[in-house]
Amino acid sequence: MPKKDAGPRLDRRKFLTAAAVAGATGAVSPAKAVTATGLETQQRVPSALPPNAYVAANESGTPQMPQTEGGRPTSDFMVDVIKTLDIKYLPANPAASYRGLHESLIDYGKNTMPEFLTCMHEESAVGMCHGYFKATGRPLMTLVHGVVGLQHASMAIYNAWCDRVPVLVIGGNDLDAAHRPPGVPTFHSAQDINAIVRDFTKWDDNPVSAQHFAQSFVRMYKMATTPPYGPVMMSLDAVLQNEATRDFGEPLYIPKFFAAAPPQGDDAAVREAARLLASAERPVIVVDRAARTQDGVQMLVELAELLQAPVVDQGGRMNFPNTHYLSRPAAVIADADVVIGMELSDFWNTVNGFVDNGDDGFGKNLHKLKPGTKLISISSVDLITKSNYQDFQRFQSIDISMPGDAETTLPSLIAALKSAIPNDRKDAMAKRGDAIRQAHAKGLAATKQAAAIAWNASPVNTARLLSEVYAQVKDLDWSLVATSGNTSSWANRLWPMEKHYQWLGSSGGYGVGYGAPASVGAALGNRDLGRFSVSIQSDGDLMYAPGVLWTAVRHKIPLLAVMHNNRGYHQEAMHVLRFANFRNRVVNTGNDLAPIGTSIMNPDIQYHDLAKSMGWWSKGPITDPADLGPAIKEAVNVVKEGQPAFVNVLTQPR
Amino acid sequence: MKFVHIPTAFLLVAFATSVAGQGAALADGDAQKGKVTFVKYGCWQCHDYDGQGSIATSGGRVIARTQLPLDAFISFVRTTNGQMPPFRDPVISDADLTDIYAYLQSLPEPKKPADIPLLNNGVRSQ
Repeated sequence: MPKKDAGPRLDRRKFLTAAAVAGATGAVSPAKAVTATGLETQQRVPSALPPNAYVAANESGTPQMPQTEGGRPTSDFMVDVIKTLDIKYLPANPAASYRGLHESLIDYGKNTMPEFLTCMHEESAVGMCHGYFKATGRPLMTLVHGVVGLQHASMAIYNAWCDRVPVLVIGGNDLDAAHRPPGVPTFHSAQDINAIVRDFTKWDDNPVSAQHFAQSFVRMYKMATTPPYGPVMMSLDAVLQNEATRDFGEPLYIPKFFAAAPPQGDDAAVREAARLLASAERPVIVVDRAARTQDGVQMLVELAELLQAPVVDQGGRMNFPNTHYLSRPAAVIADADVVIGMELSDFWNTVNGFVDNGDDGFGKNLHKLKPGTKLISISSVDLITKSNYQDFQRFQSIDISMPGDAETTLPSLIAALKSAIPNDRKDAMAKRGDAIRQAHAKGLAATKQAAAIAWNASPVNTARLLSEVYAQVKDLDWSLVATSGNTSSWANRLWPMEKHYQWLGSSGGYGVGYGAPASVGAALGNRDLGRFSVSIQSDGDLMYAPGVLWTAVRHKIPLLAVMHNNRGYHQEAMHVLRFANFRNRVVNTGNDLAPIGTSIMNPDIQYHDLAKSMGWWSKGPITDPADLGPAIKEAVNVVKEGQPAFVNVLTQPR
Repeated sequence: MKFVHIPTAFLLVAFATSVAGQGAALADGDAQKGKVTFVKYGCWQCHDYDGQGSIATSGGRVIARTQLPLDAFISFVRTTNGQMPPFRDPVISDADLTDIYAYLQSLPEPKKPADIPLLNNGVRSQ
């Protein structure tokens, strides 16, 4: 079909010529004005003349907006497209390269669906989208500056990729090298901004027309929200945002979004897996990101009870209630004859191990399994493996491998298992369950015994920290939105977790700096759902981009943040010590407690003051564990009133 | 870098369960000096300041009031090939390890969970 340019069109050359003339006029106007008064000979000449409009615009990176000459800005049409997808919020750091869309969103779009949330770092914006999705199951979008903003955002996008979370990222860019403003906007333009995140996004595009944008935006939403979930990227040209819409002779339309059916395991493979599990003596179920919803949790309970098999929850999500007698630690894997892993991020490391203790600096591999143990996998991640970044981990041979979404496959697996379990196996399975029940009870007793050690220690023991926090939130509809740093998994060991939103997992890619923004994003989602959000916030994580604390106050996001402040990059402290030991050297700690370069002390950061300066209610530093309960109680009351509250606690390392 | 947490000190458990009583050399150590040395050499980094340990860094092993005799304790520290790196002669002396041992033995016996209300009424009961 021949294309016809029927719409009004901005002539870029004409515009730029006009802009240049305006700039020249601006440059001479002050002199003319002075001449008109006849005071030029008495006027004191400043040492530096103010820049004319054109120079000022280029120096500040905000050149004048192209006019649409009476046409409708394409960015308004883009807002129409965005609004069809019920995206509630848009956390973002402002940037000139998407100013056209920004203006359309808040004026034409009335700043609703999505509502623009002011962020102080692109990493914070993506982290908020990440946390929000895990709390609500709904994706958000963010806007970033094409080059430098996307560079800031890239680590958070990698975390979302590894954690299988959809985030819609749009980066402003100005492709036309001959006509885009020189200076800063050109520094911030690139041939292909998407390149730096292409290896860890599901899909990316660079639309060149309004209709192309409409198709690509709906497509990127669909791709991001079809399991396996993941972030997607769009480069959005500045001229396209700002020019009048052109329909090429065909009315613009917005494609309707229909959710895709998630991929699921092959029927024959499901039946074979059921046969293996039904005949196993010691089957073990291992789950990481298997349950996406409460239905997923319930189906995993049904599967485990059918088999009377222990479940090892690796914690990428809240997959299985830790209060259930079949919930067991990873040690049970070593005794298994059949292991089924669902949405595992690292199957190799589930059935093998690694000891970082070789004199030559190389670790040693361990093998956990008994010979002949059969392995089954259901994982949608098999469908999106890429080459460069190594998030696919080591290769593990699997007897029955099903590329597909685990939660979607569970109904057919449960049905197949019901058919496969012979009646004469049911008594043996029940006995197996009784033994696991006893082991579960013993395990809980041992956990409490471990928690009691150093109960009154100062700095505060992490078991005490988590126990004190839980005591204050247990009667609320709580959601533990993040635990950055490492608190020895005391939350998962001591807090009864039965609902899928009570534990949202970690960053995915272990990029530090996730905890604070993901907590704020999840708390935003929980706010709208009437839940109480609590996070355990580590010191190192917070300082990557603490500006997100301001965002929480500015947008009235209630969150209880309790610090695990061990005053160091503790993981790295241990790594350096390890290598000093291998090399028979006493590690150099300077004037600190940990190896040079790993401590966050001298001076200690007053995190409670930092939070207070951005509008949080705050208290700290708390060193006496007896002071902890009352402080958290006060903070909980503040959060219940709709404000964020922060308690800074000096803690033991782990 | 992500740590892989294999239960570490299987040897430690074996020693602890096979040896009755405490090290005869206990009286040789200085607990106060040992507390300082425990921090100086970074023991606290994996075992926390009070030797309570962590499932993340010490395989959940508790070294407070260790049941190892002193000589077995020193031997383990010098030769461990599990998750814990070895601390050999050039790094730490036997005298310092003896002081650390005395410090660990001086730590108070932990409370019973039944005596801690938060571990009964506040957290998981099943």
